[in-house]
Amino acid sequence: MTSAAAPNQSLFLVIVGKNEPLYEAEFLKRGAAPSSDAVTRQNYFVLHSGLDLVENVAWTTNQMFLKVVDKVNHQQVSTFLTAGNIKFMLLHGGKNEDSIKNFFQEVYELYVKVSMNPFYRYDTPITSSSFDARVRAVARRYLL
Amino acid sequence: MASAAASSTSAVAGGSNKGAAIATGSALWNRVPKANAELFALTYGALVTEVLRDFGDDINAVNEQLDKMGHSMGVRCVDEYLAKLSTAAPPCSKFLDTAEVLAKSAFKMFLGITADVVIHEGTEGKEDSYSLIMTDNPLAIFVELPDQYQSPAGEGQPLLEYNSLYCGLIRGALEMLNMRVECKFVKSTLRGDDVNEIKVALKEVVAEGAGAEYQEE
Repeated sequence: MTSAAAPNQSLFLVIVGKNEPLYEAEFLKRGAAPSSDAVTRQNYFVLHSGLDLVENVAWTTNQMFLKVVDKVNHQQVSTFLTAGNIKFMLLHGGKNEDSIKNFFQEVYELYVKVSMNPFYRYDTPITSSSFDARVRAVARRYLL
Repeated sequence: MASAAASSTSAVAGGSNKGAAIATGSALWNRVPKANAELFALTYGALVTEVLRDFGDDINAVNEQLDKMGHSMGVRCVDEYLAKLSTAAPPCSKFLDTAEVLAKSAFKMFLGITADVVIHEGTEGKEDSYSLIMTDNPLAIFVELPDQYQSPAGEGQPLLEYNSLYCGLIRGALEMLNMRVECKFVKSTLRGDDVNEIKVALKEVVAEGAGAEYQEE
């Protein structure tokens, strides 16, 4: 496989609700090209397969930050489970746990702000462009 | 002649009027019970979305409902305001006098904020009006309007006026003081303006006494 030759450049965040993904974003290193279709699809696959593991890990701790729940090749899936049972899943190639924790914490705050908006209904896709911009800014600060 | 003298005295009093209004405002603010700001904002948000759901896409009807609710609150609020005043109310003999009282005392008492006032003196053929400019809007602290309410769907389409309640409130309150006004949000931070501006224009000073519909046979 070429996985060792191409250390994962990009990070992939998905916010998953009860039935569907609510939000997704890919964070690229400066100058990196967006992932090809095949890679994106593989990312989805890895995250999707991690979902079941999240449910298992959720019962083993009282923390919201569930750390790395799944590893596939060089890719790791870190998860944060909110009190409202919304999952933040980040696909990365091995990152400092603290920075991921901080990242999730800030995304959580942004998420709470969105969910306080009377025009946002719980467990529906997040379309707010300012949320997107803020999440990307947070990602730049902690992850890239 | 007499009216000219009256207006010049009130213009002189304008400066101290403002200071007095600010002082009354904070005094009143200290006396009224407080509610949690987030709960307040969320409750209003839930109300607006519920009205939206009830009336579907009829934005005009939604705006009107919110305005109506504000109106019926306004006619009561003015009584509460006057009842809670510890000193005699500064007289609002002229329409323009109500601006400072609204912005500095009433807004402070009910919302905990003050607004800036810009007075537009009426000229020939144009009625008196003023603008209340608020940088904070306690009703909308979490609100971000979805795209379909941000800009009109087409030419002449109505826009959701999230803050219609304010207009109704002011309209209702001033109606109890025998002033029929027209009240409109001309700037809104929800639409990307940097401040909120409510324009209040005097339409008519209603004559003292019962209206025609209440007159006895």
